[in-house]
Amino acid sequence: MSLLELQNVKKNFGAVEALRGVSFSVDAGEVVALLGDNGAGKSTLMKTITGIHRPSEGIIRFDGQELTEKDPGAIRALGIEMIYQDLALARQQDVASNIFLGREPTKRLLGLPVRMIDKARIDAEAEAMIKRLGARVPSVHYLVGDLSGGQQQSVAIARALTFSPKLVIMDEPTAALAVREVEHVLDLVRELKKQQIAVILISHRLTDVFAVCDRIIALRQGQVVADEAIAETSMNAVVAHIVGAG
Amino acid sequence: MKAASKALKRPWSLASVSGAIRLESVLVLVLLVVALSFASPYFLSVSNALNILLATSVIGILGFASTFVIAAAGIDLSVGSVLGFGGVVGALAVNALGLPWPIGIAASLAGGALCGVVNGLLTARAGIPAFIVTLGMLGVARGAALVLTNGQPVYGLPDPMVWLGQGRPFGVPVPAIIFILVAIVSHFILSRMRFGKYALVIGDNETAARATGIHVERHLIALYTLSGVLAGLAGLISAARVNSGDPTAGTGYELSAITAAILGGTNLFGGRASVVGALIGALIMGVLQNGLNLLAVSSFYQQMAIGAVLVLAVWLDQINRGRRRA
Repeated sequence: MSLLELQNVKKNFGAVEALRGVSFSVDAGEVVALLGDNGAGKSTLMKTITGIHRPSEGIIRFDGQELTEKDPGAIRALGIEMIYQDLALARQQDVASNIFLGREPTKRLLGLPVRMIDKARIDAEAEAMIKRLGARVPSVHYLVGDLSGGQQQSVAIARALTFSPKLVIMDEPTAALAVREVEHVLDLVRELKKQQIAVILISHRLTDVFAVCDRIIALRQGQVVADEAIAETSMNAVVAHIVGAG
Repeated sequence: MKAASKALKRPWSLASVSGAIRLESVLVLVLLVVALSFASPYFLSVSNALNILLATSVIGILGFASTFVIAAAGIDLSVGSVLGFGGVVGALAVNALGLPWPIGIAASLAGGALCGVVNGLLTARAGIPAFIVTLGMLGVARGAALVLTNGQPVYGLPDPMVWLGQGRPFGVPVPAIIFILVAIVSHFILSRMRFGKYALVIGDNETAARATGIHVERHLIALYTLSGVLAGLAGLISAARVNSGDPTAGTGYELSAITAAILGGTNLFGGRASVVGALIGALIMGVLQNGLNLLAVSSFYQQMAIGAVLVLAVWLDQINRGRRRA
């Protein structure tokens, strides 16, 4: 059984049909590229999976559970993490707080039934995560807004990987990065695959896609127009799918 | 390069220690206290310090309310009117309805909570801008207070309620005690608990808050409700101090409350806020007022001074932050 399975997922915004019956599946440890031109419905599709949007029709199943009625917090708890293109970071919070956003461990205050955020634990675990990722973030105490774009990207990635996800969705993770940092992200994707974590990679950079992905799914006007193994396709064919010339 | 990294260090380490206190405001407060101590022989004494705390308590509590709401990039312009409404409701409960005093206290807080819930629902669920919603509430709550009382103060509260405003156990005014207690609890909620952290995150980046699973609407409703409850508490104290529920009490206080929050380092656009900062901000206003009173300076000048201090503190802060970015 697939880890993630979408059946005929539709999403309307008023009269606009952003998704017109999308079906596909992703297995554990599989790296799938989601491709499509601007406005093809990639972001809407991903936000529907993570619970920010509710599908108008259709079924989304993950790890044997139905996601359709769940909120973003519950879906994260099941093991789906997303790294958003705008990174979704709180710029006035420090690195450690951002990594633990929405999942702060707490402890009791003097044995009272009052839960305080365990900041020492957050700092220590964030520090360990940053080290494990080999990210060049100077300190977990720095405010995220004071970091460079690449460092902020590292924070967003660290947040997605800290809570043992089963599926990581990356929306244009390399768009704003320097060459060396891109290589780092691609290595990370390979590492996730090794750990049997599934990855959905949204990217305009086909070289990245062909470097790490097992399969491509192309969206056009809210529909899947191609679902092919990387080994059985070519860059030209993929471009043709995206622009609709195929 | 070296200078830049040095300049970068200071605010961070400060932020991790103290939340987000505007250092300039601490400096202003210290300078004010020192200057006034030299200028007036009556200023530096325990009894005058307690007077300042007493005089600052109501504005200070409203300042904490504003701090929570502004932390989440909201605004509550209705706190002054809700103060009046809460005081009147509590006074009417014991006075006109003859209910026991604990119910009078509860009525003030519940009256404030009711206004806050309505603010929160209209802002978070109906999606009306907070500025408009709370401006509307400023009118509605004030009008309701006037309607309920026919525009006349409701005189005479039971002793336990009056004690909340006029009591002095060990010489310390009860409002000052409540003020400090509310400050301590609010500080812990804002800086150490998820409730406060999520308020800051919502104010910083609402999309990020949603994406990480924070229930943004529910949280905003809770924040406006908290603001309403604190305004109701301030109304209770105000009424107790003068032994009557005055429907015009608290007129214009919303601006002082916001001033206290901003003076304390809270970012008007959300994401950064400090209760200790708001305490300092409220004290700056209280000290200034008290000192200028002792020096027999007209209250008209006091308003000018407070306005000038606000602009000055924010300006200094911006110069500092600008230097950091450069």
